[in-house]
Amino acid sequence: MLAAALGVVLLSSIVYSAFLLGLVFLSIAGFYILLNAGFVAAAQVLVYVGAVNVLILFGIMLVNKQEDFRPLPHALLGKLATGAVCAGLFALLGTTVVSTPWAISSEVAIGDRAIEAIGMHFFSDFLLPFELASVLLLIALVGAIILARREFIPDLDAAAEEQVLTLPERPRELVAAGVNESDSE
Amino acid sequence: MNPGIDLQHTFVSTLTDLGLPLGLAKLLWIPLPMALMLIAATVSIFVSVWLERKISAAAQQRIGPEYVGPLGVLQAAADGVKLIFKEDITPAKADPWLFTLGPAIVVIPVFLSFLIVPFGQNMVITDIGIGIFLWISLSSITPIGLLMAGYSSNNKYSLLGGLRAAAQSISYEIPLALAVLAVVMMTNSLSTIDIVGQQSGYGILGWNIWRQPVGFLIFWIAALAECERLPFDLPEAEEELVAGYQTEYTGMKFGLFYVGSYVNLVLSALIVAILYLGGWSLPVPIESIAGWLGVSETTPWLQVVAAGLGIVMTLIKAYLLVFIAILLRWTVPRVRIDQLLDLGWKFLLPVSLVNLLATAALKLTLPFAFGG
Repeated sequence: MLAAALGVVLLSSIVYSAFLLGLVFLSIAGFYILLNAGFVAAAQVLVYVGAVNVLILFGIMLVNKQEDFRPLPHALLGKLATGAVCAGLFALLGTTVVSTPWAISSEVAIGDRAIEAIGMHFFSDFLLPFELASVLLLIALVGAIILARREFIPDLDAAAEEQVLTLPERPRELVAAGVNESDSE
Repeated sequence: MNPGIDLQHTFVSTLTDLGLPLGLAKLLWIPLPMALMLIAATVSIFVSVWLERKISAAAQQRIGPEYVGPLGVLQAAADGVKLIFKEDITPAKADPWLFTLGPAIVVIPVFLSFLIVPFGQNMVITDIGIGIFLWISLSSITPIGLLMAGYSSNNKYSLLGGLRAAAQSISYEIPLALAVLAVVMMTNSLSTIDIVGQQSGYGILGWNIWRQPVGFLIFWIAALAECERLPFDLPEAEEELVAGYQTEYTGMKFGLFYVGSYVNLVLSALIVAILYLGGWSLPVPIESIAGWLGVSETTPWLQVVAAGLGIVMTLIKAYLLVFIAILLRWTVPRVRIDQLLDLGWKFLLPVSLVNLLATAALKLTLPFAFGG
C-alpha cells in the first residue's frame, strides 16, 4: 500500500497514478477486514474504488491532453521545499500518534453486527452530520447539473474551452452524454 | 428451521476423530468448497456457451454446433483450446502492463462473488454477514478493469467502448442496489442464507417475486445491463465500435473477457434466483412433502435427497433465467447510449426509489407478509 501511495504521488503518468490510487483504496479496505469491520471494507470498495476512482479515471480519459510539461525554472528548489514541508508534516503527525494516549477499547469487535450499530448511530447521535452530508451531496448534484446545462455558460467561453480540450479525432458530443450522467451521481 | 446436512461440520469432526488438531482440520476444509465452486463456475461457462449457441441457432432456424461431441456440447472446449493456442499480441503502442492487467481485473471480482452464492442451508463457501452487499461492492470494481483495457489498447474504439462500459455499469449499479435494498429490508439481513430462509415456508407462494414484482423487473434489467447482454451490449456494439474494449485483444486475454461475461451472466441469474425465486427451495416445501410421506425431517437419506434437490432447483432457476436472457437477445433490438442512460437515470432510478418507499410502508402496515 505504501508503494502504491508513493506511486500515486511520484509517477509522472497521471493514468498510472489514478489506477494506483484504486490499489491504495483496496489496501485500505484490506485493513478494515483485518480490523474485523467487513461492512466498512465493502463500503470502502463500493464508494472509493467503484465510484470515486472510476469518476477520476473518467475525468482523466475525457480530458487527456497529450502535452509535455515545460521545464520550470527553479524546479529543484520547489521540490526541495515540498519535500521539507511533507517531512515536517510527517514528523508532526508521527509525534502526535506516538504521544497521544489512545483510548483503546478492549472489547471484541462486533463484526457482522456492525451494520445495526452504525445504523443506530446514524439515526441517533450522528443524525446532524449524516443529514448535512446529504445536503452537501444535493448541492453538488445541483451544481453539476447547472454546469452540465450549456445555456448558463457564455457561448464565447464554452467555444474557447472546447478548442483546448478536444482532441481532433474524438468528437465531444459522443462522450459528453456519459460524463454528464456520471457527474450527477 | 431444519439445518440440513452440514458437510463442513462432518468433515471437521471426522478429521478431529482421526487425531488432527481442530485448526488443521478446518484449514484442510477451506480449499475444498473453493475449488469445487471454481470448477462449477468454469463448467457453467461451457453449459451457458453451448446453450447460447444452440438457442441462438434455434431462434434463427439453424442447427448450431453439432460435430464436436454429442450435439456439439464440447464446442466451448474447442473454442477454449483454440484461444489458448492463439498468439498473444500486444499492439505496438499499447501499454503492456495495463493491457495485461485489464482482463484479470474484470474476471477476478466475478469469480470472488461466488463466495456468497448458496446452494443449500449450509452449502455456501462462507455465510458472511454482509452477504449480498459483498457482491454489489465487488461488481463495482469491474468498470476499472474495463477502463484499463479500453485505455491501454491505444485504439479509439476501445477507449469509447471502455468509457461506455464504465458509464453503463455505474449507472445501473444504483437501481440494482436499490432493488436489493428493498429485499434486504424485508429480510432484516444482508446474508444470502437469511434471504432464502425468509422466502421458504410457503413454497412457491412465499417467493419474493410475488412481494417484489417491480423490484424483480428492475433487478433483472439492471443485471442484464451490468452483464452487457443485449439489448444493453453497447460497449461492444459491433456496428459502431468493432468490439469495444475487446477490439485489440487476442488469445487468452480475449478469452478472459469471454469467460468473465458468461460467468457474470450465470452469477447474475443465480443471484436473481436467490433474491426473488426462493433460492434452493422447491415450489412445494420439502418439509410438507416429508410430512405427507410420513418421514422425519432428520432422516439421513431425506437430507441427502433434499440437498441434491436444492442444488438442482437453484441451477434450474438460474438456467431458466439464462434461457430468458438468450431469448431476449434475439427478440429486442439494441438501445442507443442516450436511451440507455435515460432509461437508467430517469426511469429505473425513480421507480426503484418508489419501490423502496412502498416496501417500507408495506412493511410497517403489513408486518406479517413483508417481514416485520
